[in-house]
Amino acid sequence: MSSYEARFKVWRGDVGGGGLEDFGVEVNEGEVVLDIIHRLQATQAPDLAVRWNCKAGKCGSCSAEINGRPRLMCMTRMSVFSREETITVTPLRAFPVVRDLVTDVGFNYDKARQVPAFVPPAGVGPGEYRMMQEDVDRPQEFRKCIECFLCQDTCHVVRDHEENKPAFAGPRFLMRVAELDMHPLDAAAESGLDRKATAQDEHGLGYCNITKCCTEVCPEGIKITDNALIPLKERAVDRKYDPLVWLGSKIGRRRT
Amino acid sequence: MSVVDRQEWDVVVVGAGGAGLRAAIEARERGARTAVICKSLFGKAHTVMAEGGIAAAMGNVNSGDNWEVHFRDTMRGGKFLNQWRMAELHAREAPDRVWELETWGALFDRTKDGRISQRNFGGHEYPRLAHVGDRTGLELIRTLQQKIVSLQQEDMKETGDYESRLKVYQECTVTRVLKDGERVSGVFCYERESGRFFTLEAPSVVIATGGIGKSFKVTSNSWEYTGDGHALALLAGAPLLNMEFVQFHPTGMVWPPSVKGILVTESVRGDGGVLRNSEGKRFMFDYIPDVFKEKYAQSEEEGDRWYEDPDHNRRPPELLPRDEVARAINSEVKAGRGSPHGGVFLDVSTRMPAEVIRRRLPSMYHQFKELADVDITAEAMEVGPTCHYVMGGIAVDSDTAAARGVPGLFAAGEVAGGMHGSNRLGGNSLSDLLVFGRRAGWHAAEYAAGLTGKSTRPPVDDAQVDAAAAEALRPFSAEGPDSVPAANTAAPAARPPENPYTLHQELQQAMNDLVGIIRREAEMEAALEKLAELRVRARRAGVEGHRQFNPGWHLALDLRNMLLVSECVARAALEREESRGGHTREDHPAMERSWRRINLLCRLADPTGGLAATDPVAGQIDLVNETTPPVRPDLLALFEKEELVKYLAEEELYE
Repeated sequence: MSSYEARFKVWRGDVGGGGLEDFGVEVNEGEVVLDIIHRLQATQAPDLAVRWNCKAGKCGSCSAEINGRPRLMCMTRMSVFSREETITVTPLRAFPVVRDLVTDVGFNYDKARQVPAFVPPAGVGPGEYRMMQEDVDRPQEFRKCIECFLCQDTCHVVRDHEENKPAFAGPRFLMRVAELDMHPLDAAAESGLDRKATAQDEHGLGYCNITKCCTEVCPEGIKITDNALIPLKERAVDRKYDPLVWLGSKIGRRRT
Repeated sequence: MSVVDRQEWDVVVVGAGGAGLRAAIEARERGARTAVICKSLFGKAHTVMAEGGIAAAMGNVNSGDNWEVHFRDTMRGGKFLNQWRMAELHAREAPDRVWELETWGALFDRTKDGRISQRNFGGHEYPRLAHVGDRTGLELIRTLQQKIVSLQQEDMKETGDYESRLKVYQECTVTRVLKDGERVSGVFCYERESGRFFTLEAPSVVIATGGIGKSFKVTSNSWEYTGDGHALALLAGAPLLNMEFVQFHPTGMVWPPSVKGILVTESVRGDGGVLRNSEGKRFMFDYIPDVFKEKYAQSEEEGDRWYEDPDHNRRPPELLPRDEVARAINSEVKAGRGSPHGGVFLDVSTRMPAEVIRRRLPSMYHQFKELADVDITAEAMEVGPTCHYVMGGIAVDSDTAAARGVPGLFAAGEVAGGMHGSNRLGGNSLSDLLVFGRRAGWHAAEYAAGLTGKSTRPPVDDAQVDAAAAEALRPFSAEGPDSVPAANTAAPAARPPENPYTLHQELQQAMNDLVGIIRREAEMEAALEKLAELRVRARRAGVEGHRQFNPGWHLALDLRNMLLVSECVARAALEREESRGGHTREDHPAMERSWRRINLLCRLADPTGGLAATDPVAGQIDLVNETTPPVRPDLLALFEKEELVKYLAEEELYE
């Protein structure tokens, strides 16, 4: 494949507004969208703001919307587009724009703080943890998350519904609750914390109606809906409506 | 000008990778109010790129392992140039640092009996690397990040404010360490998002900014690795140690061009992958150096048996330390036995079933599939050396991580020198971050605790703040056509401002070509000339636009650091007339025992910290040789005499 000139539309602006700007830019074999954005910076728009870091799909910094679809720019190869196609790059829509392709993702950091941390089991010292691989397989899948926040961006609960943001943690952080809930040694229950109940009551699990948009955009291929959200929903429902579980939880509480 | 916003902390940690976050956790747990400041978003630091694992002699897979064996491997890997006390502390403390991560929620891969699994890696005698598939760095950073959040949750409960005792300033850059006489008094920073300046006042500053790879063209490092911490320390008056030692990881991607340099983890070889040249030969058997002859397999059969029966066979030479493998690949390519795109072949497809490859090396499978259209379960990868790590760094005290000569300045992780000697073993980086991150945080907190009173805290000097602000703003008023009076006065001819991106590309090309994996005297001299030219031009680096999230401006400021650090690398590389670890001189190909005791220290030539008046030819750096203290006898006693004679000078052996 030889070099060619591609047509790009890149959103430029800031909190005060902005619009799509047209560029013609050289593309070489094997390049990804982020390479093209960097070429624009180096040759045509030195102050074009873009967030990036590892350029290898491992850090989750260069999230943007390419032709309307949330993607990592470093993992989107130019070869998936035809040479005639105009490629449109816009910032993540669910978050406030800072400048050009950079958005304020503070929402996600606020939500991360609202999920209670891992509770280490009492009486088990460092070096004494024993867990079987088959028991850590499931939470390990969720820990592959690179926090690119594409799932948070695409989730229709908040994508066009700013008003839902306070009550809804989003797929990434509901998955974090599921991960901790499935951790073989997490002692939240012993400390009086019911992670399943908080998923429903505090993190807005009920808003999710399992359309799987989050799973579709996940660059790590994590089955967020099937493996994290649906099991969490099932268990949250079990606990909520099963009178025995309810009674058990009351007795359990009393002990602490 | 001094209207810059100021905040007071006890400890400021610059950098939020593994070392910085571990330091911050320690400082906060020891009672210091701690701020972390980092260029990227919280949780995105370069540590996420680490793949293979954390080296710690827990002995979970082979009970023969212990700290002494780990210490020996580390010293051998570094060709005995290591600051031995650091290597000792590292080997002794690494297991505790790994186990502690589990109590913070980390989920490592398990052994059959439920303990932390450990894998083989180059230069490690036993399976020693705790890992999570090939994304161990991500697990490390996320665990530390979540530990910090949990501390903030505790503070929230107690004080009503998440950030009362531990705050992360993300997407901010430090451009100067501020001082009160000899002592540290704080840091000068800008917020990338707004371009706003601010200072964090603190008696203790921990530098944990990682490496320098962005000065080279082919590198596995991200944009953040511009040598900021190295330069901040130099500018603050602290010396850098042994900067000639730069690790070229043997296996980076070579194709397509846009991904050239991206890392291919050493686990590929640790798990059974082999290196072949264009003739299909496993060439590493031809490159086992004398010092390692007894420790590596002499035939393919023996090497293959070792994966199953390591007690009765020797390891294959693909698992030699990285410097050896990188040089071997370089030689094969030069001899015309390379792959189509100028690398060699790294093959797992004929060594393991496809599903095992996908399970054990998921990121590699994904990376090649997505970026190069290569299915590593069906065909070989093409790989070649890539600039990966700098062994050199800020000279520190082994026990306290304190930088030399600047009270209140500490350093940990890649930015600190000494620990790895002339070459780092894979897996020793993540453990280094944890062991010395903790030590830096601990001693920074202790030092700050002695200076809490209003009268004892080092005050911030307004003049330094003003000077730092002026320095940071210079790219906006760079010399250009508009800045010259319109009328034909005596002013010199107008010169357009330099494009920082162009300067950066020229720097990367020069370092890659002239101070790369194989070095020659004349080339390094040429590099120093080129650096002098770039330094003059960089003073005219100009930027468009305004201060809000302006990457051109950020790069113009980072250039100062890359140029300083590159000069250190080139000067030290020119001075050391031998080949050892990550420093290979074609004109001095042998390792010289007389050089083993010599450390090279780089200092800023102008001790006032000013860069403007520095002579373009003489450069900005003074270099001195220093003889290191002898290795402690009980540590030397861990080695056989026959091995020591290969490394130590006569007089050291008789002492």
